[in-house]
Amino acid sequence: MKKVVQMFVGALLVAFILIYITAHIDSLQGYSSADIITIYNWGDYLDPDLIAAFEEETGLKVIYQTFESNEAMMTKLAHKGSTFDVVIPSDYAINRMKEEGLLIPLDHSLLPNLEYIDPRFLDLPFDEGNKYSAPYFWGTLGIVYNPELLGGRHFESWHDLWDESLENEIILVDSAREIIGLGLNALGYSLNETNIDRLMEAQGKLKELVPNVKAIVGDELKVLLVNEEAAVGVVWSGDAAGIIEENPRLDYVIPMEGTNVWFDNIVIPRTATNVLGAHQFIDFILDPENAAVNTDYVGYSTPNVGALEFLDEVGEDERFYPGPEITDKLELYENLGKSMLAVYNELFLEFKMFR
Amino acid sequence: MRNKDRNVYLIPYGLWMLLFVIIPLVLVAYFSLFDINGKVSLINYQRFFTPVYLKMTLSSFFYALVITAVSLLVAYPTAYWLSKTKHKQLWLLLIIMPSWMNLLLKAYAFIGILGKYGPINSFLVALGIGTHQILFTSFSFMFVAVYIFIPFMILPIFGAIEEINPSLTAAAYDLGATPWFAFRRVIFPLTISGVQAGCQAVFIPALSLFMITRLIAGNRVITLGTAIEQHFLVTQDWGMGSTLAVFLIITMGLTIWATSGRKRVG
Repeated sequence: MKKVVQMFVGALLVAFILIYITAHIDSLQGYSSADIITIYNWGDYLDPDLIAAFEEETGLKVIYQTFESNEAMMTKLAHKGSTFDVVIPSDYAINRMKEEGLLIPLDHSLLPNLEYIDPRFLDLPFDEGNKYSAPYFWGTLGIVYNPELLGGRHFESWHDLWDESLENEIILVDSAREIIGLGLNALGYSLNETNIDRLMEAQGKLKELVPNVKAIVGDELKVLLVNEEAAVGVVWSGDAAGIIEENPRLDYVIPMEGTNVWFDNIVIPRTATNVLGAHQFIDFILDPENAAVNTDYVGYSTPNVGALEFLDEVGEDERFYPGPEITDKLELYENLGKSMLAVYNELFLEFKMFR
Repeated sequence: MRNKDRNVYLIPYGLWMLLFVIIPLVLVAYFSLFDINGKVSLINYQRFFTPVYLKMTLSSFFYALVITAVSLLVAYPTAYWLSKTKHKQLWLLLIIMPSWMNLLLKAYAFIGILGKYGPINSFLVALGIGTHQILFTSFSFMFVAVYIFIPFMILPIFGAIEEINPSLTAAAYDLGATPWFAFRRVIFPLTISGVQAGCQAVFIPALSLFMITRLIAGNRVITLGTAIEQHFLVTQDWGMGSTLAVFLIITMGLTIWATSGRKRVG
């Protein structure tokens, strides 16, 4: 009995001492919330050199944390205890966070570098007037393919995926809205379709694709395509750029029927403790030279026109920087609400099962 | 006084059970009663009895059964042979060692091994059979699952065989039993508890496998585990995810009851 009590007390004592010491060390180094900025971002989605440069320029200390999905990020942000100053969610997530009152409006007077952003990517439906968010990266969903494995054939349309010669050659990304959306796009419907009959029709169309589908996977898709395990993949443009960099024999196309265009924007959550520092960081990232460095590191498409001047030829690649005549046809995902999302997921689950 | 002392030692265990077993189970059952909009309803249970989920349950069961049966078929002779070798502990260590490695790493290794340009296909090409798709088939799924679970089947069976008093088998042979007869009437009945423990250790986790259904089977095999993962992480339909979990828990309870309820068959 005594021993158990002693053990408990001992453990608690050690824990308290450790908590005290860490607090003490932090204060010794002179960090209080006004000097710290906490960034919450996707994994491997910011050049670490830029963090160091930002710390040097502003004297602020950066704490950098990462998440794997918008959903996981939103769950964490909904907790009052979180103290993130800068977060980088995707378009539909920004819409939801806005509606749930999780965001603080941006002070545009503190963000002069916003002028370098391509006007095409400002004032979008998920955040009109960019009241809450500044563009970070953008991209599309399309087809990556290996012409050499396919006898030199090229892709133009979603319909090309249904070709009989592609039996067991296609890898799809394991994501409901993307794949149901592919079916909707092929039928000429909107990506934000809520009519159940049309959604069922899209699922029926997808079922015809089954003989050509080799696998439906997550991030492994990149390795599989680079290693030429399969000749065709349906992927986001950012991943496509990475794949092509590793295996230049592959090519990427935005299907002519149109597809999804997505944005990852920077926002300041309601729980931020250093709002001024957050604005400093956003403006730092929007600076053309920094944005260019970051684009070079991440490999996704930058919305920063100024940055493209530092990246010769990158911006001329129509596959990753399509012109306005193409982007006008692309569609953003709207926030369809939880129960509609459940319908999409159920249809996708069924599609995966019955094959 | 002594009794009281002993009860005190039970406190950490009791707290552990309450916090990490009982409360989570109650929460899972509680969440299963809410629909996606947070209203109390039994809709999730209704949805479970639709073709999609029933088929998923059936196929989960089918795969788990096959995986368990194949593991048993491989593990029993291995365990038997192991108990007869000289360096038992060394062999046992070699068999257990792969289970120390992270599951994800092993799965990624198999993607390479079973792939189009992997060693198995190179071998098939060398034999003149030509390249076959092995990765992303239900075969590869079962193969990798069996590989992962086999140590958990060998260990309890090996333990049971080791416990057999050698004089019992010797007596069987003395009384004129053939090796097969001795195995069937003496050795196997004495190891049935090990077989039961092994089957439980394989069948139950096999029923809720999820990661390798995507990595190795390319989502060609959809188990209840996959659906639970999706409902919690993507759809955020915690109610449906919990409902599936409730059914899994019930089936696991039934499995344990069914495999350990019976007494030794003589």
